Amino acid sequence: MEAVLLGLVLMLSIFLGFELISKVPATLHTPLMSGANAISGITIVGALISAGAEVDQLATILGALAVAFASVNVVGGYLVTNRMLSMFKKKDTDQPGDQG
Amino acid sequence: MSIELINIWYIVAAALFIFGLKQLGSPATAVRGNLLSSIGMFIAVAVTLFNAEILSFTWILVAALAGGLIGAVAAQKVQMTSMPEMVALFNGSGGVASLLVGWAALYNVGNTTFTDITIVLSIIIGGMTFTGSILAWGKLSEVMTSRAIVFGAQRVFNALLVVALIACSVMFVLDPSVDSPYLYAVIGLAALFGVMAVLPIGGADMPVVISLLNSYSGLAACAAGFAINNNILIVAGSMVGAAGIILTNIMCKAMNRSLANVLFSGFGAVKQATKVEGEVKPINTEDAFLILEAAQSVTFVPGYGMAVAQAQHVVRELGELLEGNGAEVTYAIHPVAGRMPGHMNVLLAEANVPYDQLIEMEDINPRIENIDVAVVIGANDVVNPAARNDENSPIYGMPIVNVDHARTVFVLKRSMASGFSGVDNPLFFGENTRMLFGDAKESIAAVVAEFKT
Repeated sequence: MEAVLLGLVLMLSIFLGFELISKVPATLHTPLMSGANAISGITIVGALISAGAEVDQLATILGALAVAFASVNVVGGYLVTNRMLSMFKKKDTDQPGDQG
Repeated sequence: MSIELINIWYIVAAALFIFGLKQLGSPATAVRGNLLSSIGMFIAVAVTLFNAEILSFTWILVAALAGGLIGAVAAQKVQMTSMPEMVALFNGSGGVASLLVGWAALYNVGNTTFTDITIVLSIIIGGMTFTGSILAWGKLSEVMTSRAIVFGAQRVFNALLVVALIACSVMFVLDPSVDSPYLYAVIGLAALFGVMAVLPIGGADMPVVISLLNSYSGLAACAAGFAINNNILIVAGSMVGAAGIILTNIMCKAMNRSLANVLFSGFGAVKQATKVEGEVKPINTEDAFLILEAAQSVTFVPGYGMAVAQAQHVVRELGELLEGNGAEVTYAIHPVAGRMPGHMNVLLAEANVPYDQLIEMEDINPRIENIDVAVVIGANDVVNPAARNDENSPIYGMPIVNVDHARTVFVLKRSMASGFSGVDNPLFFGENTRMLFGDAKESIAAVVAEFKT
């Protein structure tokens, strides 16, 4: 039953993802990609549990490595996306994009 | 914190991801969207630390600090022109993280067969994302040749590889244990498959690869979510997976090719375009200046060459001078210009070009006849009329920016060598085409200097 519920969650999220992303204009495709990439770093949540659960020494090492890689992904992804997006400006304004 | 409470916070995080992605849909709200999404991530990470299963924080702290520091420094230091490489590396690190999470999940007790299958899936997708991304990085940064690498028995080899991968996965699931030799076989084969999948894709097709790897990194997180029974991984991972698929699809459409064709054909390996011959008409910067000064409307068509020459800043300067001179200035962006989706837009944004001056291909083409001067900077295939006229051309059928229909076309080009895909471009011999030879940045700077005197 658990698997079925998770499957339902999967299906709904995929549809939602398609709905959300297909509306993003071409000009924002690079930031969209790096922003989505940062979200895929969500795997850090699983990594944290593996790294801290003390099930087995090798599992801890694997988990800690996963935390490190996923942190690169999350921190780097969000920062670089923010850096890119703050460069997008409208005409005749010196305000960054979030205020235009 | 109880598992129920943690899961409620995960719902909040998922909602923030959704709002974040929604607000990424417009340049005006995108910064806020990214912020919302990062708050969602922060919440997800913070409440996970309260999970009762976590007993020791030492390794978590060390690993998170090390990873976070590397990510932060990389994000601050990277040049906008190198963004495709950066995204490839981030994709790779997400992929390997999911592989490791899946692997570590093997140590959990009471895994069902379904869990074992999802563990294998997260290892396979994560592993191929990792090596595929590293190879894509190598091609993009030109550490290795960026061309498609094709060899005779490639398809047979890949087919055998897939069969071996499936066989080892089945053998592993039948008897899952942490020291099963099949586990290491699956990891090794998945890594090899990632390399083999990216090897035959080259140069101008890289935007497709980056989008696809982006999708895989999400799907890997999603599979890892099934492996450890975690909703937030499934929700976030599958949304990223969907995002990558959509971008992949847009890129394929922009090249009028199927995904299968991009993945398996090895670009330009099959057909030879009809040889085009003719006389090119070179122009010097003074004459270019005189034509531009008289122009009422100018559109710049940038390509990867603009990124290589780092010419985006002088282009913007010229654009502003032309506007000051009374001309209407636009920038026409082909969907696959550059090495990743939206690559040119980011470069021009970096150079302070307002995003409302950037025009998509479908919007510029209907009115390109009224454009006085189209300035092609480092673009080749995306403006090649052979895509419309020459059935033998490898890029036949690909939608292009019809710059040859503009009143005058300037093509900035280093020399007469053919473009990235090795396709001849009849545009260079066009009646209304003038070639401005030399480094794009220097040529434009020279025109700018003419304007200022």
